[in-house]
Amino acid sequence: MRTPANPAAALLRGVGVYLLVALTLAFFALPMLWLASAPFDKHPGITVSLPDFTLANFERLWNNPNAVDSLASSLILAGGSAVLVVGLSALAAYALSRVHIRGRDGLLYALLLLSSIVTGTAAMVPIFLLAAELDLVDSYLGVVLVLTGGLLPAAIFILKDFMDTTPRSYEESARVFGASPLRVMKDIVVPVVRPGLATVGVWTVAQVWGNFLIPFLLLRSPDKSPAAVVMYTFYTEGGQPDLALISTFSLLYSLPVVLMFLFVSRRYGFRFHGGIKA
Amino acid sequence: MADITLDRLAKVYPGGVRALHDLDLTVRDGEFFALLGPSGCGKSTLLRTVAGLEAASGGTVRIGARDVTELQPGDRDIAMVFQDYALFPHMTVEENIGYPLKIKKVGRAERAAKARRTAEELGLGHLSERRPGQLSGGQQQRAALARAMACHPQVFLFDEPLSNLDARMRLEARTFLKKLQRELGVTTVFVTHDQAEALAMADRLAVMEGGELRQVGTPTEVFRRPASTFVASFIGSTPMNLLPGRVTGDGTVRVAGGELPVPDEAAPLAEAGEEVVYGIRPEYLSWSDSAADGAVSGTVSVVENLGSAQLVTLEPEDGSSVQVVVPEEHEPAPGTRGWAAPRADRALLYRDGDLLAARAEAGTAAAPLS
Repeated sequence: MRTPANPAAALLRGVGVYLLVALTLAFFALPMLWLASAPFDKHPGITVSLPDFTLANFERLWNNPNAVDSLASSLILAGGSAVLVVGLSALAAYALSRVHIRGRDGLLYALLLLSSIVTGTAAMVPIFLLAAELDLVDSYLGVVLVLTGGLLPAAIFILKDFMDTTPRSYEESARVFGASPLRVMKDIVVPVVRPGLATVGVWTVAQVWGNFLIPFLLLRSPDKSPAAVVMYTFYTEGGQPDLALISTFSLLYSLPVVLMFLFVSRRYGFRFHGGIKA
Repeated sequence: MADITLDRLAKVYPGGVRALHDLDLTVRDGEFFALLGPSGCGKSTLLRTVAGLEAASGGTVRIGARDVTELQPGDRDIAMVFQDYALFPHMTVEENIGYPLKIKKVGRAERAAKARRTAEELGLGHLSERRPGQLSGGQQQRAALARAMACHPQVFLFDEPLSNLDARMRLEARTFLKKLQRELGVTTVFVTHDQAEALAMADRLAVMEGGELRQVGTPTEVFRRPASTFVASFIGSTPMNLLPGRVTGDGTVRVAGGELPVPDEAAPLAEAGEEVVYGIRPEYLSWSDSAADGAVSGTVSVVENLGSAQLVTLEPEDGSSVQVVVPEEHEPAPGTRGWAAPRADRALLYRDGDLLAARAEAGTAAAPLS
């Protein structure tokens, strides 16, 4: 350790560093603080202030026809996508990990690259037209399929890493004892890669929960809109954003995802592979 | 209990690599049989083909009276222990041992009782609730053995069973495995690249090279009378001296500047003037500080201490080198001169890499070289 020549300068520097850290923290913490205080405030503004405590905002939200339904819609979309993504990516990743085909890695990277287009803005028009042709507009199934398609490549990529690190001898051992391929999958592969499946499941739910564009485009009736879309409709008669409703709804909207993260992380623990993070 | 019969067994991998060349082999009922060879010789492929994890490209595999060539691994009534033991990390020791029984739809209570009994037999009783990650290497091996034993197969297959243990544990496990195999009396085939392991454990062994069997026999036969120079150099912890020489007219071979008698069994076949290789193990050369008849002489260049003996490297004038195991009462110093005389009944002659012997002992004949 280097001893500074001047104690006063050292003190000043220490204070400076902490001040900088505190300001940075405050910058990132403010939105959270707002989310914690505004829903309980009679007259929430866009600044953080000590709330004038009330629960009336929750009552108003409860009486809003779309708000509660939209959370259910979100659950359906997120749950449906998670089941499809986890199931399909597990099968695909297992096969890709165990069977060697030419150009496998190239295929994976190409899919990964293109997947951002599917769920992104670039393919909006063709996807809408395709959904219209298939009679999938205004149905949950259509939204779930489009979102699943967009998320699958990344999910396969993450899961393939988990599968690759599972020794083949586990499966061969089970085979020698007479286990069928499906039995091997159920008894050995799935339990061994369970942290990976949990990771992909949580990641899918979080992605779908926060997706605005696809359900906004494909779901036409307001009673089917998920939370991310309904939030967009909270305006006062005067055309101003209804901050009371928005803040209250935001709190309810973020709670399920936070709870899910805590639950899954405690149950399975998270492991991220291949430099991919959620 | 059953024997294993391989008839013209072949394995060609996609891409044309021939891993096994039409092998014929019989492993007798209750035998502890080793497949030995350098890496890439096909020994693991052979084991995996017997297990059914690889499909044979030609020929048949019979276990007992049944032709199992087309059967799935699970229908062959075998158990395999893998090199990494392949214990399932998410199951306890007891669940691991009971897993084969679960597949065979044995009821939960019976399964648990059976698993616990097998664990007890192998000294794992107090560990049955642990997971594989909490066991030492030796305990993992025993758990894997217990799992293989629990389903009472006709045949055990072990893939490099000792290679994941440290050196001291390996010796212990060697004795343990041999004893266990004898007690169970189940036909067992194991794969190893370590010749000492094969010699120590096996009732009989097969030496493989390039997808072919080079020699099949008891450890004693293979050690004393290797059928080819390849087997001779592969077997034995100190490699056999293989010295090029020429047969003379009067029943001797000129080797390393000395004249050594032609071994009796090779005498009728060795023709005067032909080039041969004279094979003698360092253990079968006797050391002398003074000139001796029928011996090679040279200068001592290296002395390696083996504990109860020394391995002396002798350099004759012609530039070759001969290794001799010298008992502890002699202490040759580097730079001095020494003589080494072969034990007559242990000397071997090789012509074109093959043993020259008038009478072929049962079981020692080499597979034809192609």
